[in-house]
Amino acid sequence: MAGRHLTAALLRCPPSTSAATAARLRAFGTRVFGTATNVDEPIVPSVRIEDTQLLIDGKFVDATSGKTFPTVDPRTGKVIAHVAEGEEEDINHAVSAARKAFDDGPWPRMLPYERSCILLRFADLLEKHREKLAEIETWDNGKPYKQAYDIEVPMLVRLIRYYAGWVDKLHGLTVPADGAYHVQTLHEPIGVAGQIIPWNFPLLMFAWKIGPALACGNAVVLKTAELTPLSALYAARLLHEAGLPPGVLNVVSGFGATAGRALCSHKDVDKIAFTGSTETGKTVLELAAKSNLKPVTLELGGKSPFIVCEDADVDKAVEMAHQALFFNQGQCCCAGSRTFVHEKVYDEFVEKARARAQKRVVGDPFKKEVEQGPQIDPKQFQKILKYIKSGIENGATLQYGGDRYGSTGYYIQPTVFSDVQDEMPIATDEIFGPVQTILKFRDLDDVIRRANRTHYGLAAGVFTQNLDTANTLTRALRVGSVWINCYNLFDAAIPFGGYKMSGIGREKGIYSLMNYLEVKAVVTPLKDPAWL
Amino acid sequence: MFSAAVDRLRKHGNYSTAAAIDQEPINPSVSINYTQLLIDGKFVPAVSGKTFPTLDPRTEDVIAHVAEGEAEDVNLAVAAARKAFDEGPWPRMTAYERSRIMLRFADLLEKHNDAIAELETWDNGKPYEQAAKIEIPMVVRLFRYYAGWADKIHGLTVPADGPHHVQTLHEPIGVAGQIIPWNFPLLMYAWKLGPALACGNTIILKTAEQTPLSAMFASKLLYEAGLPQGVLNVISGYGPTAGAALASHMDVDKLAFTGSTETGKIVLELAARSNLKPVTLELGGKSPFIVCEDADVDQAVELAHFALFFNQGQCCCAGSRTYVHESVYDEFVEKAKARALRRIVGDPFKNGIEQGPQIDTEQFEKILGYIRSGVESGATLETGGDRLGSKGYYVQPTVFSNVKDDMLIAKDEIFGPVQSILKFRDLDEVIKRANSTRYGLAAGVFTQNIDTANTLTRALRVGTVWINCFDVFDAAIPFGGYKMSGQGREKGIYGLNNYLQIKAVVTPIKKASWL
Repeated sequence: MAGRHLTAALLRCPPSTSAATAARLRAFGTRVFGTATNVDEPIVPSVRIEDTQLLIDGKFVDATSGKTFPTVDPRTGKVIAHVAEGEEEDINHAVSAARKAFDDGPWPRMLPYERSCILLRFADLLEKHREKLAEIETWDNGKPYKQAYDIEVPMLVRLIRYYAGWVDKLHGLTVPADGAYHVQTLHEPIGVAGQIIPWNFPLLMFAWKIGPALACGNAVVLKTAELTPLSALYAARLLHEAGLPPGVLNVVSGFGATAGRALCSHKDVDKIAFTGSTETGKTVLELAAKSNLKPVTLELGGKSPFIVCEDADVDKAVEMAHQALFFNQGQCCCAGSRTFVHEKVYDEFVEKARARAQKRVVGDPFKKEVEQGPQIDPKQFQKILKYIKSGIENGATLQYGGDRYGSTGYYIQPTVFSDVQDEMPIATDEIFGPVQTILKFRDLDDVIRRANRTHYGLAAGVFTQNLDTANTLTRALRVGSVWINCYNLFDAAIPFGGYKMSGIGREKGIYSLMNYLEVKAVVTPLKDPAWL
Repeated sequence: MFSAAVDRLRKHGNYSTAAAIDQEPINPSVSINYTQLLIDGKFVPAVSGKTFPTLDPRTEDVIAHVAEGEAEDVNLAVAAARKAFDEGPWPRMTAYERSRIMLRFADLLEKHNDAIAELETWDNGKPYEQAAKIEIPMVVRLFRYYAGWADKIHGLTVPADGPHHVQTLHEPIGVAGQIIPWNFPLLMYAWKLGPALACGNTIILKTAEQTPLSAMFASKLLYEAGLPQGVLNVISGYGPTAGAALASHMDVDKLAFTGSTETGKIVLELAARSNLKPVTLELGGKSPFIVCEDADVDQAVELAHFALFFNQGQCCCAGSRTYVHESVYDEFVEKAKARALRRIVGDPFKNGIEQGPQIDTEQFEKILGYIRSGVESGATLETGGDRLGSKGYYVQPTVFSNVKDDMLIAKDEIFGPVQSILKFRDLDEVIKRANSTRYGLAAGVFTQNIDTANTLTRALRVGTVWINCFDVFDAAIPFGGYKMSGQGREKGIYGLNNYLQIKAVVTPIKKASWL
């Protein structure tokens, strides 16, 4: 059960206002209502960073250029490690290793059962090294360690086990024909898959990408985000320990404009999967089109509505809306970043949402009680502060927060705006930070129209006890996920992806398999068939 | 896959001799620890206190006395399973957790591979190498396969003719009664349990009275892997008592039976008369193995030999009607006879043994009776034809040629090492003859011609067609029979449907934005 729900573990013990909690919070030196308090001396993680090179053809190697780039601790802005910087030439090596592993290697030729057993062993190893993986993740990304350890690594393990189970269940069809023909379809691996993952959930995105790709028998070249290269390298080491043949998974750290671009443009790559911003997604698709028109799946940005109907339990709705937005420092593509609240409960909701944000515990993510760590980097940090400024300038009411938190690292105060209008940039753009915008609506038709009036279509939350309302909204919302009285439910089996400019295709579940399979129709005449 | 693994195991050895059979049998090292009924997670004696002996088919000596379950024990087992399903954690835990328990079970089976294989050989008489290197690994593989299904059972959302939202839930069917045969005790155990557990059901499994031991050992491991109490209950006992009680029980929601066609009819009747529980049946066969004129005769001979003699001929899908095209018939018969003569029969615990004893005295006598009838009705006995040695249930590998369709040996399921070779002239004829049987379990087709292969594939009224192979039994390949060979399919994705109920859920949608 652990890891089923990104926020379930957090919801299980909602922060209380009791004296005990306040005492606990004071004990680690964060002021609950503090605006400019320094975050304490950062806790030093015990993990040693061993893997900083590129992983090509089963070996850790330096970049051809010899270049490295620093990866930085978002709590302090200090360098954690210098990591090999992959560029075009390294991508070429990685692709040819993957090509060879696919065209001549054992991976697509071994029994599905054997591939499945390798993935199961990988899951066991991930579970065994859970602590180390979670430490690397928190150090490099800034997310709460408890979240990484209790939720994300178990979800990673679970997803790998899930896809291990699919390996030997990829059925083709036999197909009815219009004449005396025997027709069947073979579902074959697509070949060499290029995969580019973001920095907000480095390990989970690694799993979403490689799980189905490997299950289907493909070889992979994976580019990590330059902000969070570390955990994938370590996980990939474990995967090789589990028995993955060399060249089947190649991991290149590096930047989008160099390594990412080279991967998308490569003529020997048969498929690209990208998760990241909508802007970059457009570039990825364009590069794929210009090179060898490899099929592309995209999982991009969002501005997901979270709709609180008049019959909702306001306390529950407040807590869920808070999690939907603030989870992972607000750095979720599916963040519930437009909180639409029915006018009847609007004032109560705003008041309680503000109180909840005030209670949010910000601080060193290695500390146990911390709900919110720093944002990922100065660029995101500045962008978020700029959006906050624009919110104020546009006349939205700043209920709480509105500035950085402390004086070091990229911490931002949990921020809540009310009286937000649809056309304000804070209501139209993806902020990707801890900024909740609360909008008011009158009736279902109104909220449906407004919720859908966006280029995005990733997810939506619906909070109601009324069955008709739930069903009406479910079909009306043009989004890839509808969470009804819940949010951020991310089981391995539930497909995820976007309508409109939130993406192309679906990841996870049975749907993701189709991204990594080619379908071959096989037709042959029948002589004297007994039936057709 | 049986066939490839058997190929790897086969060593060319000496002719079998009666003297070899009469040597002292090898003593297995495994000890028999579980001889009681397994009810509600505990090993218990039968309510009556009765036991029955299970015999070593090599010697006819008693291996162990096993608790004899009867109607009262079945009632207790059903009540335990009912409670485990209606109130217990099993159907309520996440599919991932069920899957993890099944994966741990597979790991434990793998760890105890050799002990389980010894039990299997001791109780059943099948070659130890076959049990240890083929069957137990297949059991492990099958549990891993169904562990993977546990979290992949999808319902559908369904288009509606009006403003309705429609979905289907695929729910566990409830308490499943399962009755397994003695020819592949643990493999049949796995075929039954795998999908039933993956779908979240609880189970009462009745083993065959000839081979109760391996299932008890394995079930102990399944509980060690974390199965909640009462989810699997195992009853040793006889068909007319324990089996009939299970098939007739009003609280059993589903029945799966593997065994003879005759017993299958009784099972279906009992289900109908009680609560019309749905029944899947995997029954007998008289499967044709068709050797076309363009076949590589040597390969065809070897495969046809394997198709019939594997597991002492005790396979429901045995290729027991070897149809050979007239242009290669004489050569085929000669070579089939030579191959049978080379078959190594002896103590199944010895390395290199291809054939052990038959299961029991009843089968042994029945097979010898069929051999006599073959001789009497004018078929040519090419080799074999009698028992081997003076104790145990060993039968000589036996080959008949010039067999006619109306002879008993060509119509009835012999379930022993007796190959019947028939001659055919053309495709139309062999299709007609192959299909003129009440059975429809499997068929082998040996040809290099793609049209012949495709024509035969569609024309044969059987549940499995093996083309240029036989007895390929992957976890994912469905298995089951047409006609009186059974109902439903086991293994693969198809096996899941037997253990699921489908619930359609319909609710109106107001102001639907699409339909």
